[in-house]
Amino acid sequence: MSARDEILAGVRRALHVSGAETPRQAAVADRLTSSPRGVIPARGQGGVETFKQEAVRAAASLSEIAALEQVPAEIARYLRDNNLPATVRLGADPRLTALPWGETTLEIGHGPSDGSDLNGLSVAFAGIAETGTLALVSGADNPTTLNFLPDNHMVVVFRQDVVGDMERVFSRLRAVYGAGQAPRTLNFVTGPSRSADIEQTLLFGAHGPRRLHIVLVGG
Amino acid sequence: MTVHVTTPRFKLNVHEALGDPRLQRAMSHAGNLVPRRASAAERLPEFEALRDSARDIKNHTLAHLDLYLEAYEKRVTEAGGHVHWARDAEEARQIFLKLCAERGAKRVTKGKSMISEEIGLNEALEAQGIEAIETDLGEYIIQLRHEAPSHIIAPAIHVTRDDVEADFRKFHTHLPADRDLTKPETLLAEAREILRQKFLSADIGVTGANFLIAETGTSIIVTNEGNGDLTQILPKVHVVVASLEKIVPTLDDAAQLLRVLARSATGQDMSVYTTLSTGPRRPQDPDGPQEYHVILLDNGRSSMLGTEFADMLRCIRCGACMNHCPVYQAVGGHAYGWVYPGPMGAVLTPSLIGVKEGGQLPNASTFCGRCESVCPMRIPLPKMMRHWREREFERHLEPAAVRYGLGIWAFFARRPALYRFAANLGMRAMALVGRKKGRFAWAPLASGWTQARDLPAPQGATFQAQWRARSGALR
Repeated sequence: MSARDEILAGVRRALHVSGAETPRQAAVADRLTSSPRGVIPARGQGGVETFKQEAVRAAASLSEIAALEQVPAEIARYLRDNNLPATVRLGADPRLTALPWGETTLEIGHGPSDGSDLNGLSVAFAGIAETGTLALVSGADNPTTLNFLPDNHMVVVFRQDVVGDMERVFSRLRAVYGAGQAPRTLNFVTGPSRSADIEQTLLFGAHGPRRLHIVLVGG
Repeated sequence: MTVHVTTPRFKLNVHEALGDPRLQRAMSHAGNLVPRRASAAERLPEFEALRDSARDIKNHTLAHLDLYLEAYEKRVTEAGGHVHWARDAEEARQIFLKLCAERGAKRVTKGKSMISEEIGLNEALEAQGIEAIETDLGEYIIQLRHEAPSHIIAPAIHVTRDDVEADFRKFHTHLPADRDLTKPETLLAEAREILRQKFLSADIGVTGANFLIAETGTSIIVTNEGNGDLTQILPKVHVVVASLEKIVPTLDDAAQLLRVLARSATGQDMSVYTTLSTGPRRPQDPDGPQEYHVILLDNGRSSMLGTEFADMLRCIRCGACMNHCPVYQAVGGHAYGWVYPGPMGAVLTPSLIGVKEGGQLPNASTFCGRCESVCPMRIPLPKMMRHWREREFERHLEPAAVRYGLGIWAFFARRPALYRFAANLGMRAMALVGRKKGRFAWAPLASGWTQARDLPAPQGATFQAQWRARSGALR
């Protein structure tokens, strides 16, 4: 008997079932297709204002601009104000690549990070008001390495992409990728990297970015 | 089972732990998480309702575990991943070593994983000449020290800052000897620098899983450092090692559990990185692993289903029970002698390694009930510790003195009139002998108590007599 068959047989023996019971199969199939919602905290209903508060509470910084075209100038300002080098790496997201980067002095790199980049820029799939969390999906548009390797991660979030809770992100995922499907990687990011492993003292910039800057776009 | 089980010498471990000033100094920080959890729970009005929801989701899943496991495997395979089933630790190790051998892997980076501790993965890799590198800061520190984790989410909680500085000076010999390592920040920066090179040059990355999602074939890891992510996106191969009770039906179900996990563990609303991984990289993806494997471990869990210990399979490994446990706070995690310490370890360890080896742990409880009161999954930990004590008694595993003592007590307890008479007599005798000082520095059969403090002499009537008088007065 294979390990798989033996383990499943052991589970069924312990549960006193055969696995062929129709009501059990129906209960499982129903839950997997309907994904019933559980308890959803009311806090998420606070929308963009709650998103801003919670993101800052999680030690991210945040600025707001009215239009996407202002992103290059805002990124240049952020890097200058924090005495950071004027270099940015970004993926193939057309919403970023089409921007007037030439109007700034920023040096732009494209594609995934090999670990030598100081600053990365991404567009979030969504923002979550409940916890000030960013949802980022993998792919050529926004490579996952940009979320973790650069020292400073800057993320564009559109106001209309800010939703109340994780459940709403999952609904959107199902709409985009299909039921039962998911992108290779979905990162929920809440503030910059940290560790409290030395005497329970909180320190920022453990292995991931030391800074997380959110640029909220939209009037 | 890992090689170094010291659980059977638990009593000795405890004595050593209590007499170790360095450990006691390190453990003085261990209570920091108690107020953080409390304020996080207080900030969310729905927290108690979420605990109920989380408990119900896991109960539903465990009752249908066979079907959810099959559904999960199907989705992983559809996404291009592979599921390897392992009956026990040895089988899991062999699967992993085979994956390494087939790919000629020389260096393996690891995200924090208690299952990899449970199967003794590091030792197995080292025996084959494969370098295994722990990347969680706490895990990295204890790997340098050749120690095991002493806490399931804060593995180096027993180590002081001074210890870390000494270890880094000892092992990072390529760095200038006169560098300043007096601040925790500089220690962190040094570990970051060293581990960054390891991340970029690893052949295989291993992570655990907080949850496995049947709906999509997804594994979820939760970290604050980002080490788990660098472990799984940079090497060519990502291997997840997870036990089968990590299954959750849907993404929405996982969202319920995530809301109680971080709050109970560290008092955060969300951990910094919650990462959902499904299969290997897609054709258009510029990064991510080319292979995705899941080693699904049973190792005794399936035989806990349907028993009085099945509730333990709801555990999501947040560590709240140990953070709130007076026994854990006093002795630290190593005294428990195996992978899982604290109240959850006291229940799980006898289930996984046997009551003969682990049966002493459930005795290390004051039954104060704080563990159950903070457990996000509402696991009745004290009740299950009592079940283990009963089993230990049934199997005659405790010392003869305990058995005889309990036998004598039971003789009186079953005869209430005699019990009252004897208690009254004993109390009067003690009150008479101790009337001068009002306390005893020594008493027969009570040296365990009097070695450390005086035993107060009884004053007034017995508890039962006082209770009778009191309830009479109230009536």
